[in-house]
This record gives sequence, structure tokens and C-alpha cells, in this order.
Amino acid sequence: MAELMATLPLAARGRFGLVTLIRAATLVLLWALWEGAARSGLFYAGALPSSFTIAAAALDLFVMPAFYYNLGVTVLEVAAAMAIGVASGISVGLALGASRFAGKAFEPYLQYLAPAPKIIFLPVFMVMFGIGPGSKVAIGALSCFFPMVLSVIAGVRQVDPVLLRVGRSFQLSLAQTVAKIYLPALLPPIATGLRLGLGVAIIGTLLSEIKMSNRGLGFLIMQDYGRFDIAEMYAVLAVIFVLVTLANGVIARCLRMKGRG
Amino acid sequence: MAAIDGASPGLARRAAPVLVGVAAIAVAVALWQGAAEWGFISTFTAPSPSDIARSFPALFTEEGLVRRFFQTFAETFLAAGFAVAIGIPLGWWLHRQPLAGLAYENWIGGFAGAPLVVAYPLFLVLFGRNTGTIVVMSCLSGLPAMVLKTKEGLDGTRRVLINVGRSFGLRPSAMFWKIMLPAAIPTIANGVRLALIFALINVVGVEFLINFGGLGELIDDLAQRWELPAMFGAILFVILTSVAFFWATGKAEKWFRPHG
Repeated sequence: MAELMATLPLAARGRFGLVTLIRAATLVLLWALWEGAARSGLFYAGALPSSFTIAAAALDLFVMPAFYYNLGVTVLEVAAAMAIGVASGISVGLALGASRFAGKAFEPYLQYLAPAPKIIFLPVFMVMFGIGPGSKVAIGALSCFFPMVLSVIAGVRQVDPVLLRVGRSFQLSLAQTVAKIYLPALLPPIATGLRLGLGVAIIGTLLSEIKMSNRGLGFLIMQDYGRFDIAEMYAVLAVIFVLVTLANGVIARCLRMKGRG
Repeated sequence: MAAIDGASPGLARRAAPVLVGVAAIAVAVALWQGAAEWGFISTFTAPSPSDIARSFPALFTEEGLVRRFFQTFAETFLAAGFAVAIGIPLGWWLHRQPLAGLAYENWIGGFAGAPLVVAYPLFLVLFGRNTGTIVVMSCLSGLPAMVLKTKEGLDGTRRVLINVGRSFGLRPSAMFWKIMLPAAIPTIANGVRLALIFALINVVGVEFLINFGGLGELIDDLAQRWELPAMFGAILFVILTSVAFFWATGKAEKWFRPHG
């Protein structure tokens, strides 16, 4: 950060400092508003606990073995969902992107289905895979599939035709064309799909756990809600938001490093 | 395939992929029907397409599908309306105050990607299990798109237009209403479309999760009663109405884009 600041002109450095100041002041203001509301007596204390109570609940959470077990379950479900969603998204995306005819035949359905609310498929997946991790993975995979497939289709269409002609002149097989031309050229759209897909896979998996499950972070939220342990519920939600932000940040950083490299 | 791609465009040639797409869906439905008829899949867990089709009249007459449709869309428009009413002034403010824009734009972008819907138990605690929770959550999901698109549209006003306004000695309010807002309308329209889409996704999702309201509640209700043909029918209805809604908002948005 210091190196970055040193490269900036003086005016920009002053601006950067002001922006940081505004952000810090906003955080303090939000915290003060929260504390004021919590202590005002205008709201039921159980529904709007003090930030100190939430922080204490978060500390308790971190020493609870059940938290790590449920976190592990959710992470595994999201990982499985991502693996299925990404693999199927890349395969279908390659097929539809490489053939203009197939793209015209099927891409409109994908375009229109992509923004449809996926959570409504949960009862179908529960019937198919039961209320265990299978239905959560299925919802996560379905959510992840659409951003991935649409990213890959768009990416395939932008592959330089010269590269494909060179590949043909070297008589590459289909597998070699995919491995040596398409996949390296598709890394940026795949990374974009991965970033978008991760967010929706996490949301899909957590919502399925919240709706009906007996393990995972979503289950923990509902357990806290059922017990009216609102402070712990806030703490779990905060942990989820932090984890999602971190995961997004890691992918964004990898993308930037790849871009520079 | 190469021959098709390389040929001159004609009606038959343009229609061919569409027909293939429709035919593929028809074949898939026929295979599903056949598998159900011949006992390859249990109709107890996966009802046949004909059973699903037969459930539609009951969805209208007994389950109040039309009323639920209007309830869901009323909530969607209300939530998106709030997002527009709050988002446009906020976007304008971020445009007018560059430091605030720099400070908050990334935060708003991050908020757009946050799994807000997961926090629905929190909203239940704060607002109760009612339409208020659905509308507030859906409004919040559409708000970031509205704010960011408004700012993007105003930021993108061509310099030459602003200079022309200055040369005519326009006051700041006249500059906004006569130059900046009209120039930003296509981008703002895109924001309105995104707000509507995010609102609809959230409304249906939250209705399903809290078992309250319109179409989302109907799916959950039917699943709990194990009325699978009707449940599949309701899901199909939600998908079709969503697709029609996205298509219509896309067309409406194109209308605002500059032509020629």
C-alpha cells in the first residue's frame, strides 16, 4: 500500500486519505446508530442486540466445535456444487459456443432461464436426492451452472479464429483443440464465471440449508432463529458475509495477478 | 454444420436452429412421458408431463394462481419502485459528490454481491412474517443496481453536452433536468430493469422460504402437501412468467436506448 501511495501524485494522495477518512467516519456513524438504536429502548432488545453482545456471541461461536462441523459441511457442499456446476458449465459452454447453430438453438433458453429464481427447484431436488447434502449440492450446482455456461459461450465466441485455423493446419484432434486453444484462451471468462458462480452457489446452498436441513451454516442460522438466540444468529450471518467477501476477494486477486502475469 | 454457417441467410435458415431447439425440448418431454408410462421413473416422485398438464386447471380454480400471480408481481413492482425512488437520488448524490462516489461505490458493489437473502430470518425478526419483509428484502436486492447505474449514466454524460448547457447559461437544476437526466436515461432504464429482475427473484425466493405471499408460497405449500404434479406445474408457471417478464423488460429497456 505504501509503495502504491508513493507512486500517486500529491493531490491523489490527499484524495485517497479523504476517502479513507469518509469510510472510517461512515463505519463509526453506522456503529453509533446501531448502538443508539439497541440501547434506546425503542426496539425489543432481543431483536436488536448491542454490538458488544454480538461480538461476544461471535467469540463464543469460534470456540464451539459445532460451528466448525457445520462450517465444514457447508464448505464441502459448496465445493461439490462448484465442481459440478463448473464442469458442466464449461462442457456445455464449449459445445454451444463452438457451434453457431447449436448456440442459436439452445442459448436463448439458457439466457432466459439464467435469472429465474433457482430456489424454487428445491422441492424437486429434495424429491430426487432427499433432504441431505445431495439436494443442497444440486441447488448450488444449478445456480453455478448458468453464470459459468454463459461466460464460456461468450468467451468461445471471442477466441481468435486465426488460432483455430492454425490448430486445423496442425491437424489437432478435438480434444487437443479444446486443451491447447480453447481452454487457455478461455481462462478469463472461466475465472469470471467462477467468481459469479461462487457467489450464487453459496447463496443457493445456504438457502437450501435454511429451508430444510440438519447440518451446515444455514441450519445453524435456523437453529438460532428457533431458539431466538438472535445475537448468535447475527454472528453467524456476519461470519458468512466475511467468508463470502474473502472468497470473492481471493478470486478477484487471482484474476488481477493472472492479468499482470 | 459449416455449410449451414456459411450459407446466405434466409427465413428457413434462420428458423432451422429455433426449430431444432423446440424439437429437442419436445423430444425430452416425450422421453420423460415414455419413461413415466413404462415405469422407468416413479410417477410418485417425478410425475409425467401429462399429469402436470392436467394439474393446471386446478391450479387456477383451487389454488388461486391468478391472485397469487398478481400478488407476486405487485410486491415486485412495489419493491422495485422503492429501489428506483431511493436509488436515483442516491446515484445522483454519488455523482455530484465525487469523494462520496469514490468512498461508497465499491461498498455498494460489494453489497450487491452479498448473500443478503440468507439474512431473511433477521428480517423476519425485525419486520415479522408479512409482505413488509418481502418488499424490504427485495427492494434492498434491487437498490445497488439502481444506484450504480444512475451514477454510471450521469458520469457518462458527454462533455460536449454539458459545455453546450453552460454556454446557454443553464442553472444547475436546468442542466440536470434538460441535459444530464435525458442523457442518462438509457443507463438508468437498464438499472430499472436490473432492479425489477432482482426484485422478482427475491420476491419469489422469500415467498418460498417464509411460506407467505404469492407464487413462491404456492410452490412450498404444494410440496408440503406432496401434490407433485401441481407443484411441477406451479414451478413451470413461475419459470414461464419469469421468462416473459425478463423478455418484456428487455424490450422496454431497448425502447429507451438511442436509435440510429
